[in-house]
Amino acid sequence: MHELSVTEDILRIVREHAERAGASQVTDITLVVGELSSFIDDSIQFYFNMLSPDTVAEGAELHFKRISTRFRCRQCGTEFEPEGRDWICPECQALGGDVIAGKEFYVESIEVTSNGGNRDD
Amino acid sequence: MTETSETRQVPVVERLLSANEQVAADNRAHFQAQQVTVINIMASPGAGKTTLLMATIAAMQERRIGVIEGDVASQVDADRIATTGAPVVQINTGGACHLDAPMIRGALVELPLDALDLVFVENVGNLICPVSFDLGQDFNVGLISVPEGDDKPYKYPGIFEAVDLVVVTKSDLMPYLDFDLDAFKTLVHGLNPDAPVLSLSAKTGVGMDAWVAWLETQLA
Repeated sequence: MHELSVTEDILRIVREHAERAGASQVTDITLVVGELSSFIDDSIQFYFNMLSPDTVAEGAELHFKRISTRFRCRQCGTEFEPEGRDWICPECQALGGDVIAGKEFYVESIEVTSNGGNRDD
Repeated sequence: MTETSETRQVPVVERLLSANEQVAADNRAHFQAQQVTVINIMASPGAGKTTLLMATIAAMQERRIGVIEGDVASQVDADRIATTGAPVVQINTGGACHLDAPMIRGALVELPLDALDLVFVENVGNLICPVSFDLGQDFNVGLISVPEGDDKPYKYPGIFEAVDLVVVTKSDLMPYLDFDLDAFKTLVHGLNPDAPVLSLSAKTGVGMDAWVAWLETQLA
């Protein structure tokens, strides 16, 4: 149940960037989440719905870009996605590799609206 | 007087958990200043973390060792460690499945760091979540007990990729179970070729020498 603290972190980052961008409303938030990063979309969404009211991000839609785990073979450099018990390089049959994708966990971008109105002063 | 609104995309690309990582960096600097080596022990519930720590404290009498115990609830593990005479702090996470850097920072004030060589952090029993939260440790050690099976790296690759050492515990049970140590080592090294894999029994003492030797190397 660590998604609560993670969602607080999401909201903090989103609010900082929204403020810097002069936004009045955040409509969309795109998160990049690697398969190995142990965070559950539904749970983040649940806490987001709880924490976001009365903030600039209230009502924003969360988008999750899931990144599959990828290995780079240490023998021949081939990149491949391990699946279940299949960790064998398709080119040279070596086992495993360096993890080159799957650990991502970041806020990629936000979509914001800015009210530019009441400019008659 | 006009009201206009525009929608635009703002690139962010900011890592989550950066707040935790900042506190972890502070912890790490503090440990370095105090010249204490900190080892984060991660494993499933029941893998034998506390038992191994008790045997380690007994085997390294000449080293000053402290322990931070992380559990969802109770003082049970801290009470066991306290019987060894080592200073111990119990953190109860109140439901959270891992320790994080602020929890460690809070516990540090209760340990006499300047009088310690080595601090073990026994993380909450869990093979998934603790991996995502840097505590400021110098080394990560993953424990896996023989009854858990030799295929764990397939199911929980994150932890085996994150550790500096893997310790197979309860090796005295190997004659009774189908744990293939060679197959397990091959899998771990497929993911993490730099992590040695040791096998030991804290109960019988077999294999403890290599574990203590590894610890001494990190302390030197």
